[in-house]
Parts: sequence; structure tokens; C-alpha cells
Amino acid sequence: MNALLVRRAGHYGFIAFCAAAFIFLVAPILVIVPLSFNAEPYFTFTEGMLRLDPEAYSLRWYQNVIEDEAWSRALINSLVIGSAATLLATALGTLAALGLASPAMPGRALITGILISPMVTPIIIVAVGMFFFYSSIGLGQSYTGLILAHAALGAPFVVITVTATLSGFDPILLRAAASLGAGPLRRFFRVQLPLIAPGVFSGGLFAFATSFDEVVVVLFMGGLEQRTIPRQMWSGIREQISPSILAVAVFLIAFAVLALFTVQWLRGRSAQAR
Amino acid sequence: MRLRGPRATAVALTLPLLAFIAASFVAPLGTLLSKSAYEPNVANILPRTLAALDGWSGDGPPAEAAFAAIAEELPKARQERTLVRVAGPVNRLKSGMRRVLTRTARQVETTEFAGSWREALIGINPAWEEPDTWLAIQAAGTRFTLRHYLQALDLERRPDGSIGLQPEESRIYMPLLWRTLLVSLGVTLLCLAIGYPIAHLIATSPPKRSNLLLLMVLVPFWTSLLVRTTAWIVLLQRQGVINSLLVALGLTPDSERLEMIYNMTGTFTAMTHVLLPFMVLPLYSVMRSIPPTHMAAAASLGANPVQGFIRVYLPQTLPGIGAGGLLVFILAIGYYITPALVGGRSGQLISNMIAYHVQTSLNWGLAAALSSILLVAVLGLYLIYSRLIGIDRMRLG
Repeated sequence: MNALLVRRAGHYGFIAFCAAAFIFLVAPILVIVPLSFNAEPYFTFTEGMLRLDPEAYSLRWYQNVIEDEAWSRALINSLVIGSAATLLATALGTLAALGLASPAMPGRALITGILISPMVTPIIIVAVGMFFFYSSIGLGQSYTGLILAHAALGAPFVVITVTATLSGFDPILLRAAASLGAGPLRRFFRVQLPLIAPGVFSGGLFAFATSFDEVVVVLFMGGLEQRTIPRQMWSGIREQISPSILAVAVFLIAFAVLALFTVQWLRGRSAQAR
Repeated sequence: MRLRGPRATAVALTLPLLAFIAASFVAPLGTLLSKSAYEPNVANILPRTLAALDGWSGDGPPAEAAFAAIAEELPKARQERTLVRVAGPVNRLKSGMRRVLTRTARQVETTEFAGSWREALIGINPAWEEPDTWLAIQAAGTRFTLRHYLQALDLERRPDGSIGLQPEESRIYMPLLWRTLLVSLGVTLLCLAIGYPIAHLIATSPPKRSNLLLLMVLVPFWTSLLVRTTAWIVLLQRQGVINSLLVALGLTPDSERLEMIYNMTGTFTAMTHVLLPFMVLPLYSVMRSIPPTHMAAAASLGANPVQGFIRVYLPQTLPGIGAGGLLVFILAIGYYITPALVGGRSGQLISNMIAYHVQTSLNWGLAAALSSILLVAVLGLYLIYSRLIGIDRMRLG
């Protein structure tokens, strides 16, 4: 009887601990959402908000962000740099993953290690190195420099996701296509690419999200012209903290949830394709 | 090694990305690291002065030739706007030299030559009489130098030429490095302590609940780092949500609001929150593959739950602990953004010191030396990771 009680208590303790841990994970993100509708310029719930008084809520911070030219320019910059970097990273990363998946690939471990290294190198070292290097070749404070930098940071994600998808790809399909007379390009575009497309897309999404959230390289390399959304948030947090950044934060949370569901959906698709 | 057939195709496919990473990522790292030991500026700007100092004993002021050379080269550097590149490094070796050099450069231009540059310069500033001044210029003029590494390791070169530890009160970088390692270790252990139970819960729940719980880990994982940091500022600051709640509940008086952010607590909390998913996801994928029958078998053989956990379950999760722990530790020791935004003064880590030397003190050589030490540490851990776990087994989300 006693042992059963102890076991019960242990079980409930475990559940309570996990509940607290999940609250720790999610609550900070959830708290931002209602606070972004605060009618007052405070970062905490006003009495009116707690009474659910409609007067205490407003869209003024959203309006602020939409009307502020700095934010709309930052959005355009983020989209331009993010898309260009994603295209570059996805194209090069997919090719590399195809090569790495080949059983004939020499030195696979070493090459994979080099290709993935941008993901684990401390970002400050990357940013400072790129700042020195790109200014010395005349690409400092330029879109080109930032696109190249972000493509290098995003490519590892593409390599990892496409490699994972390729492990479920049956190479016999390529031989079947070849026996039916398809050349190498046709085999790739008509047979292999459609089957690994979900992996390529999620890799691209990872690369885009990396660029869309990258602030340190932009901080060191970008000029006033190239301010992106994270860069604008950085100044918002450091210099003039205003609830406007909470409105932007809600937009970024929505983007994150959308990206997450897309990747999950794509994963379901690639599992079906097997 | 002959390259033909499938092998050539495989290499040709990886080559574009390899070349791209080499040009856009490895080359910048090389540029940075070279700055830690190679400093050509002073040698390029004051070549004649340094040549004139060659062979000088170091006792008393040098010969007239050195005075004449620097009286010509300083104003020239001032006109070409390269004087800062000399003044910075020399000033770091002997404080006050920035002013001596800039003032001398300006005043020499208007000084009439009266037979001796030596007297003219000493007339402008008595510092020119001191051998230390010239020793500083000479030391800054060496192209290849290890002094940034010595400084980064809190070492110094004694007057007799031997190398030893700096006096305790002026050691800065080794304590900071230790602090970074300790914080990273602390964050890793905390992530393990929180992540292990929840990964277990996710892995053993029925599919529907398991998916929902996994979502609660993945949403923070995908959410922008800056958003998560902002969230912690909103929660933890003096006028923030938690303090206001405590005051409203009467648990803390209004005058004694808790200091939970802009210090080490802030760094620790926010870092744990950001890195927790990197621990949970590898643990979860390992735990999912452990059949529940193992624990049942242990129980049927007479093990109590604690014994069963320690002898049957825990050993099987070790690969997950290794993968998650190493990944969190690697990411933690290079952490920059969170400490910079919520760390205040006491919560800064080695990355923040590197940024300080690049942006504020402009001591790029030292920043580069600190970077290479950090890089070696991270690459070492990365090597261990790839040996133990295998990079190609890294999974995302």
C-alpha cells in the first residue's frame, strides 16, 4: 500500500514538473501576444487589461509599425536578402547533398564536417571575420555581401534536410528511368527531384528562417541601407524600447508557427513518398 | 586517386558548395585569425624609423637618425590619415602615447629645423627622451607578434624576456573564459535536468498528446531569438510582468522589486530557454526508439522503478544525452545575442568581449586572438561530436 502511494506521488510529481517545464517553454511567447494590444506604453498588464476592459486594448502599436517607414523598409530588406540567400543556399546545398549521398563519394565525413561547420561556429567570430573580409574586397555594407554571408549560414540546413530525405530515396528508380532511355538531367528533374522536393523545400525554409532571424552579421556588416527586421528589433530593444517591437514580435511568432506547420506537412509528404 | 565515373560525379556535385563555403566562410575566418598574429600597419607606416632603431641598445634615447626619421614620417602619416593605425597599437603598449604621437605629428609640421631633431622633439614632448617610448614603437613595429595571444591568456613578457602570469588583479580573459565554460556547463546541465523528463513524457504519451507536446517544444525552437529575448525582458524587468504580479499579490514591496534581468540571472534564464529544444529533440528521438517492454521486463524480473530506470532505461538514452549535451554546450560557449541584450554588466561572456574589442576598443589583434581561442575550443568539441554521434545524424525539428 505504502509503495503504491510513493509511486503515485512520484508520478504526480513528474507530471507537475513537466507541466512547469512546458509553461517555462511556452508562456514567455504567449505573454507577448496580449501585451502587444496594450493601449498604454507599458510592458506589463494594466488593471484595465486584467478587467478585460475594451478601452485598455488597442491596435496603436500595430498602426505604429505599419506607418513607420523604417519597419516597412526593414521588411523589404529582410525579404530580399532572405530570398536571394535561400535560392543560393538551396541550389548549392541540394547539389552537395546529392553528391554526399552517392556511395562513391570520397572523404564524406570530412567534407560533410566542413559544409556543416557554419552552423556551429560562434556567430560573433563569423560576423567579425566577414566584416573584415568583405570590407577588404569592397563588399562591406552591401546587399551582395549580406546575401553571400546568409547563404553560407543557411546552406548547412539544406544539406542536412536533403541528406535525410535522400536516405529514403530508392536509387533503383533512377536505374529504371535510365533503362527506359532517360538521360541524367531528365532522370533528375522527372524522377528524383519530385520525390525529394519536400526535403528541398523544408531545407529552403530553414535557410530562409535563418536569414530572417539573423542579426549579428547584419550588425557588423550591414549599413543603414541594409537594416533588416531583426536589426531593427535589436535597436528597438537596446535603444528606445517601445511596445511597437511587441507588435513585430507577434508577426514573427505567426511566421514561426506557419513555417513550423509547413515543415511538418512537408515531412508528412516525404514520408508518404517512400 | 583517379576521378572517373560515379566518383567524379559525386565530387563535382559537392564542389560548388565547397568552393562557396571556402570563399564566403572559411576565407573570412582566415582573415580574422591572421590578424591575431600579423600586424603590418606600424611597420608599413614607419619603415625608416624602425630601420633607424635597428641595433639601438635600449638604454637612453636612440641616435639622431631615429629622431629625424620619425619627424618626417609622423606628419606624413597625419596627412595620409594613417596616424590612427600607429597611435592605437603604440598606445596599447604604453598608455598616453596616442596623445604624444598626434600632438607631435601636428607640431613638427610647424617647427623650424634648428640642427637637431632630437632637441626639437624633446622640446615638443619630454616623452621622446624616455627609452620606453621608443621601445613601445619598436615593439608595435614587429609584423609577426604573439603578444595578442599572451594578452588573451593573461600572460606577460617580463623585462628579462621570460613569460609569466600577469598579476592577479589584471587578469581578465582567463577568468572570463572560465566563466563562459562554467555558464555553458550550467546551462547544459539545466537543459538536461528540464529536458530529460519532458522528452520522456513526449516519447511515452499516446500519439495525439505526444504531437501536441512536441509542438510546445517546436514553437519556441522556430520563434525568432530576438522575440524570445524580448519576451524575457518583458517578463523579468523591474516594471515587468513577474515583478508586477509579485507586487500585486503583496509578496514583494514595491520598493524591492527583484533584479532578475541585466545580470547573470537574465543570461542564464534566457539561454536555458533558447537552448532547451536542442536538448529535448535528440533525447526524444532516442527515447522514442526504446520499446516500453524493456521497463516491463525489468519490473517482472524484480527491479523497482528506480533500479529499472538506472540499469535499463538510462543507459539506452546515453546517445541522446551525449548528442543533446554536446550540441547545447557548443552553442552556449559561443553565445552572443542573449548576453548582449539581457546580461547587463555581470552576465557577459567571451563573445561579448570579442565584440567589445572589435567595436569599442578597436584592439582587433586581441579580438582575433580571443576568437581563435574560442574557435579552437568549439572545433574541438565539434570533432568530438562528429566522432561520437556523426554529423549526418544531426536532425532538425
